[in-house]
Amino acid sequence: MSTASTNPNDVPRKAESLLVPSALMRRRNAAEARFKAYGIAAIVISLATLAIMLFTIFSDGISAFSQATLRFPVTMDAATLDPKGNRDPADLAKVTTIGYKKVLEKALIAELTQRNVDVQGVSAKDIGSFISGDAPARLREMVLADPSLIGQTIDFSAFATGRIDGYFKGRVTMETAKLDSNISPEQLQLADRMKAAGILDVRFNPKFFTNPDASDTRPESAGLGVAIIGTLYMMALVVVLSLPLGVAAAIYLEEFAPQNRFTDLIEVNISNLAAVPSIVFGILGLAIFINFGGLPQSSSLVGALVLTLMALPTIIIATRASLRAVPPSIRTAALGVGASKVQMVFHHVLPLAMPGILTGTILSLATSLGETGPLLLIGMEAFVVNYPAGPLSGGVMDPATALPVQVYAWAARSDPAFIERASGAIIVLLAFLLVMNIVAIILRRRFERRW
Amino acid sequence: MKDLRVERDVQTETNKIEARGVQVFYGTNHAIKDVDVNILDKTVTAFIGPSGCGKSTFLRCLNRMNDTVASARVEGKILLENEDIYDPRVDPVQLRAKVGMVFQKPNPFPKSIYDNVAYGPRIHGLTRSKAELDEIVEKSLRRAALWNEVKDRLAAGGTGLSGGQQQRLCIARAIATSPEVLLMDEPCSALDPIATAQVEELIDELRTDYSVVIVTHSMQQAARVSQRTAFFHLGNLVEYGETGQIFTNPKDPRTESYISGRIG
Amino acid sequence: MSVFLLLVVIAVLALVGFVIGRQRALASAKGNVKDMHSLPVYYGWHGALMVMVPALIVLALWLVIQPLVIERQLLNYFPADVAESDAARTLAMADVRRVAEGLDIAIAQGAMTETQAEVLRTDAGSVRDRLAAVGVALGAEVTPQVLAAAQEYRNHAVIAGIGRSILTLLVALAGLIYGIRITHKDFRARNRVEQVIMALLALSSTIAILTTVGIVLSLVGESLRFFTMYPWQDFFFSLTWSPNFQGDSDLGLAPLLWGTIYISFVSIIVAAPIGLFSAIYLAEYASPRVRSVVKPAIEVIAGIPTVVFGLFALVTLGPMLRDWIAEPTGLGNSGSSVMTAGIVIGILNIPFVSSLADDVINAVPQAMRDGSYGIGATKSETIRLVVLPAALPGIVGGMLLALSRAIGETMIVTMGAGAAAKLDLNPFEAMTTITVKIVSQLTGDTEFDSPETLVAFALGMTLFVLTLGLNVIALYIVRKYREQYE
Repeated sequence: MSTASTNPNDVPRKAESLLVPSALMRRRNAAEARFKAYGIAAIVISLATLAIMLFTIFSDGISAFSQATLRFPVTMDAATLDPKGNRDPADLAKVTTIGYKKVLEKALIAELTQRNVDVQGVSAKDIGSFISGDAPARLREMVLADPSLIGQTIDFSAFATGRIDGYFKGRVTMETAKLDSNISPEQLQLADRMKAAGILDVRFNPKFFTNPDASDTRPESAGLGVAIIGTLYMMALVVVLSLPLGVAAAIYLEEFAPQNRFTDLIEVNISNLAAVPSIVFGILGLAIFINFGGLPQSSSLVGALVLTLMALPTIIIATRASLRAVPPSIRTAALGVGASKVQMVFHHVLPLAMPGILTGTILSLATSLGETGPLLLIGMEAFVVNYPAGPLSGGVMDPATALPVQVYAWAARSDPAFIERASGAIIVLLAFLLVMNIVAIILRRRFERRW
Repeated sequence: MKDLRVERDVQTETNKIEARGVQVFYGTNHAIKDVDVNILDKTVTAFIGPSGCGKSTFLRCLNRMNDTVASARVEGKILLENEDIYDPRVDPVQLRAKVGMVFQKPNPFPKSIYDNVAYGPRIHGLTRSKAELDEIVEKSLRRAALWNEVKDRLAAGGTGLSGGQQQRLCIARAIATSPEVLLMDEPCSALDPIATAQVEELIDELRTDYSVVIVTHSMQQAARVSQRTAFFHLGNLVEYGETGQIFTNPKDPRTESYISGRIG
Repeated sequence: MSVFLLLVVIAVLALVGFVIGRQRALASAKGNVKDMHSLPVYYGWHGALMVMVPALIVLALWLVIQPLVIERQLLNYFPADVAESDAARTLAMADVRRVAEGLDIAIAQGAMTETQAEVLRTDAGSVRDRLAAVGVALGAEVTPQVLAAAQEYRNHAVIAGIGRSILTLLVALAGLIYGIRITHKDFRARNRVEQVIMALLALSSTIAILTTVGIVLSLVGESLRFFTMYPWQDFFFSLTWSPNFQGDSDLGLAPLLWGTIYISFVSIIVAAPIGLFSAIYLAEYASPRVRSVVKPAIEVIAGIPTVVFGLFALVTLGPMLRDWIAEPTGLGNSGSSVMTAGIVIGILNIPFVSSLADDVINAVPQAMRDGSYGIGATKSETIRLVVLPAALPGIVGGMLLALSRAIGETMIVTMGAGAAAKLDLNPFEAMTTITVKIVSQLTGDTEFDSPETLVAFALGMTLFVLTLGLNVIALYIVRKYREQYE
């Protein structure tokens, strides 16, 4: 038989050496390298964006944890604070914060004079405007709580206003101050001298975690207190509501449900609910819980109900997966020794599936922790300055905000100082998420079973 | 089935592939131990041996398919026409165009029959025009004894064929790149007896153009289609020689035990 | 008796039922557990369940029905037009409840005595101020009708509270007695308890359906109300969106839908290639070590709340695109734009696309790849010509899911896309989406009887139908694909 004629292709094969790549091969290898480079580029782009995002958030937000603070002795001038001189709380209450502001202003000027700080070019009123608007209110509360302070001299520390604070954090500069009606370059120079004199310093600010929100004009005293409480209430409620309900539903569907149309309907429902946009759950919460059910707007209870409904499909799906992962041998063994099906599930399958269920629950909890859109619709973006009551006195019905909503609310404000606050709030939020994910990972590692 | 072996005489004594001191490691597992073998041109060489003896592993060394397994490490020399295919300058992709491979389970691509066969010629740039490609496809399908069955439905999906047809399609796909060596890893193990017979007949025919190396579990199959047989055991090449001699007069007692069914 | 106290009493009774049930069963078997049908603990649980289940059902029903009944009785305090209009009635009743609660609080704080609260009249000084003094803020001065209704409400509530406690406790006691009487060693307590457990489990599983029903009801109900106030033709076909408070708003869907689609399109342009190539690299090229580091790192993106992406769009990417691209090229001068929101949503969707693509690529059998390598294809040729075509349906399904997510995304567009409803082609212009308008129409002070507010429900309905449709198609495609390789 002749070889040449039966060879499927008549193009004579070049006697090419394997050791020398052909021109085509070089082109193909170049294409291969390009293709691989696209893959690396895609990964680098995604990770770089993530890194840039986290970096900007952290560099913007880390300064939210510190605050320019003024410290000076304040003499509680009895003539201003207690004009009637009888220390009667009812009369003391009639002195408004304006009176206290005067006291603080005077005290600060006195301190500057005493320390020989040059205040040239800055009026007394402008010196007074160094002090945050929340300081007089705080001082007033102190006095009302303890009228004996009147006439004494106490060491008082007050936040500097947002602009001064921004100057030490680089947000406000001499150039921007020239264009800013709220601050002047002279004030900034004075701030530098005050810092040198030790009256003013930038220090860690625990109030950022505890203060409630504050108005547009005093970003320096805005804090996350209400948001953190609201978030904790909601998370606790979500766990209490969604874990039993989700696990029960999953057990029924996975272990007991008969194969019929109704079960199919439930399954289709669950998988579709998992893909419904979160904002639609907000609409549901608004229409059903608030308008129809009459539950209070902005309350953590309604927030938790909405988040529970959102978390349930994920929890059900995760629970079913962990139940399915328990091998049939355990089930047959349990049934074989005469356990009923309910006993088999609750005594054997469920305990073995528990780590997986908890991991799934924590992860879906982490997702609901960051949800924002639906909470906006049920009014949680409201400006809330009162702390909700304790959990036993119905605090879940009180207006509250949540961490992600607070981020949104602050980001929407015009003063750039609030962007710093928003980024700071994100850092706190991410810290929460990190903790939850670490717990989930530990659970998974610790209890991971290989059947 | 008549014994084809006696009708054929080995046409050539030219060495196509020479393996020298080949060792293969999978991680710490020493899978192939110091194998020397010469594979002849225009000959069907069968690798036989019990499961896990290393015959498939060794086959996959011959076109460097083991490169795709991250933990595999190959030592020693394998010369294809006096060029070491493990030389760092060698591109395994270019090598595999010369040393084609057919797998245990038919694995046609989820494309049309035509595109399955045209795949190789296209990527290797073997044709300059559609007409040439059509010609290669037809010739390869004819060569794989599949043309008459599929010529009217070349645009149909390759996965819609029967198992035996799929395997012949895979053979057509492999020979469309006009390789010099064709490696077959248990090509009939997933096929029924009739399809097996067709593929075996095809293998015998392919010998006129190619050096064919076939791994098989079935000693009957080795006896039917091959001229040369190599017996592997526990990663060692125990015995290698004319098929007739291996089956009728094995020199090594291990070969004898295997042939007579005592190990395996 | 408060509801909380009532629950405590029920719990105590249940505990009693548990203990007695268990002991009675043991006693009837003379302490011989082997002689009993079920384990002792089941008799206990049976006793407890017989107390709890009926009592709790009655309590829950009462709590739902009571306000409806009371409100019906209070309607005669209000003029007929208030009583007939849903919205006005709801508002009036909310006022009544608020005032009634205020009076409760005032009494609790000692600012008022019970009798003072009952005889309080609006002409004896401002009720609003008196309530404000105890921390209850009211939006407007209390009208005489509302005050009278509130006082009546409190009376009714007291009576209802007594009725509620008595009925619930009676039911609980009846359950307890029944449970104890039926308990005997041959009684199949385990089966009964398991039936109850099973019923509870089955009940829980309907929560998914209830949620869907809730979504559909709230969307459909309010949308229908919207369409009675605003013609549906104008909503679906008008090309302008300009709500105002004079009552002649244009509420056309088109500009919002366009913004939504445009932004989602940009996001897919970003997410699809990056996600797909990351998945390809991780599945086909990366060593196990690289994969074990990079894959979770990319998934971190998915774990970051969307509001963080929103802030990134608002503060970083938006101004960057504006200063570096839009302004130099004269394409626009807004930080919020289709590009900003689209790119950021795209980034958010990278891990989603990537992990879905990773799944479908890994589902392509290795034999397919071997076949390709075996005849001398390079890795990229194998991926491009064999793996991707084989995985195509799965990848398309994944893209549709990503699209659906982009359409439903809220925070990023709210913070990064802008609020201007426009039909424009320039991607550096600010545009707006369905979700943005849902948020803006439903936040702040809203009146639930104006088309400007209710339109949000029609928008929500559109969004729901749109995303649901995409999901159903996508899941169908993905499932078909999975079946192919099973």
